[in-house]
Amino acid sequence: MSPRRRAPAPVFATEAVGDPATAWGALPRRRLASLGKWRNPIGLVGAAIIVFNVLVALFGSLAWRADPNELVGLRFEPLSWAHPMGTDEIGRDTLARVIHGAQVSLQVGAISVSIAFVGGVVFGMLAGYYKGIVDTLLMRIVDIMFSLPGIVLAIVIAGLLGPNRRNAMIAIGIVILPAFARVVRGAVLEVMGYPYTESARALGAGGWRIMLRHVIPNIGAPLLVLVTVYLSVAILAEAALSFLGLGTQPPEASWGGMLSTGRTYIDITPWLSIFPGAAIMIVVLGFNLLGDGLRDILDPRLGPHVGDVPVKK
Amino acid sequence: MGGYVLKRIGLAIPTLFVVSVGIFLMVRLLPGDIIDILFGGDQTASEEVKAQAREQLGLNGSYPAQYWRWISGIFQGDFGFSLRNTEPVSNIVLKSLYVTLELVLLALLIAVVVGVPLGVISAVKRDSAADYVARIGGLVGLSIPSFWLATLLLLFTSRVLGWVPPLIYISPFHDPIGNLSQFILPSISISVFTMAIVMRMVRATMLEVLGQDYVRTARAKGVNRRTVISKHALRNALIPVVTIVGFEVGVLIGGAAIVEIIFGLPGVGYTLLQAIFGRDYPVIQAMTLMIAFVFIFANLLVDLLYGVLDPRIVQE
Repeated sequence: MSPRRRAPAPVFATEAVGDPATAWGALPRRRLASLGKWRNPIGLVGAAIIVFNVLVALFGSLAWRADPNELVGLRFEPLSWAHPMGTDEIGRDTLARVIHGAQVSLQVGAISVSIAFVGGVVFGMLAGYYKGIVDTLLMRIVDIMFSLPGIVLAIVIAGLLGPNRRNAMIAIGIVILPAFARVVRGAVLEVMGYPYTESARALGAGGWRIMLRHVIPNIGAPLLVLVTVYLSVAILAEAALSFLGLGTQPPEASWGGMLSTGRTYIDITPWLSIFPGAAIMIVVLGFNLLGDGLRDILDPRLGPHVGDVPVKK
Repeated sequence: MGGYVLKRIGLAIPTLFVVSVGIFLMVRLLPGDIIDILFGGDQTASEEVKAQAREQLGLNGSYPAQYWRWISGIFQGDFGFSLRNTEPVSNIVLKSLYVTLELVLLALLIAVVVGVPLGVISAVKRDSAADYVARIGGLVGLSIPSFWLATLLLLFTSRVLGWVPPLIYISPFHDPIGNLSQFILPSISISVFTMAIVMRMVRATMLEVLGQDYVRTARAKGVNRRTVISKHALRNALIPVVTIVGFEVGVLIGGAAIVEIIFGLPGVGYTLLQAIFGRDYPVIQAMTLMIAFVFIFANLLVDLLYGVLDPRIVQE
């Protein structure tokens, strides 16, 4: 009658031996180790750019203590030691604003990709696991979203919800969700056909257990690549929405918004447009390089191209 | 071939139907009652005025009834009227579609004309300096925001060449040269992303094709290098490239939508944004549907073209 009676040992040791979860746990460490090798300099450069960007976003405002919203100088001051990137149209420090823009873009990237990730995984699993009517319905929704250029859909959703950063993040998350759903659904359909999934089911494992223990570990690699690539897409989309006035609202600094106001004064001082634009390009380039490198290491089957082109079925 | 064409068209029509339902619902289900937003904070507006406005907008009745009114109107060329200036929506949509399609086609042309040769050179001279320059250029091209590139191009032409493109729209039927001078910068800015995609794709497929047996056979029987590359290899390497063009039309429309605003071109992006800020729902709805239509149509054309280029697809 001991309350601590232990569960009986399993008859078949399936969980311990052939479990892809542990296999996956061992593999990527070895695979990722080759990131550091000379043979993948592309991914390494990308990772360095992103680490630098994250450091700037997290600690930049500690290192450069100017307030991004305070008037610290005259209007349109040229580059100097006091203001390495000059000052803007009302005399705010451009460097401080670029640093704040890094925080904004990272926040938008993280939150909107999280929305797409969670939504995509849930949608994809429901479609792949239940098949039939659920699958048809969900995949039709995905089809609709793929029938409109992503940025146009983001403009419409963000615009109808109302122009601010929260809504821009929701819009971007919704727009990139189908890409995740499609990959997860494909993977679920594939894994469900494997003998070990059938064995697990024969042993009495329920749907969620199969998902968590067998399906998710198997789609780690494509999901990681997808996250990297869509972080760059999300950052670019936020810049575009803010540029159009549908994202982060002035006076708060964001790269797209700064570019939009800088454009007005391009004849007086081109720096106001050059710095935020260069920041966007460098960060997006970093994610693209990292995505390329990860793809080479983790899954050569995914093919050579980066960015917006979904794999045709 | 006839059966293949019909089958493809047969697939496009239900997609378009589902998309139209999706757009219809999106405009209605997003938070905020259209009527309340239109009247703003106007507390004095009576229920009768609101009901009247509702009827004018086609917002009375059940959703299926509303949808039916909207879609059957479209088949008769009636998209409703703009809330802002009571212009027929069909006029607004067609005018702006012209502008954007010209931009997109011009950009597609630039991307293919520049991207394909770059990809071929990069593949043929693999691991040379030219290959590295092209590959790095390709990655930068994927990362550069089109709206920033547009700003830089404007800066360059105004500072170095002392020339700024005209900012008032010139119709191509009025003055083709003036129209082209106005469209060239925005087209270049949006074409760079697609150019990079095309270049990388051509490079990858060329490398694959150059390793094939028939290429070696052709070389072995004495066909010269240039002919093998242009006749045997490139022709086969271009087939997969065709498939991405359909998708790129969507990317280009998206790019055009933003860049149009910089250059003051009255295309779909410009019009859509104005409609969104003005809460002009009939225009938003019709515009989104037309963009989806163009995109689906472009993909249909690509599918058909693919069938012509690779007859094995048709037989499946």
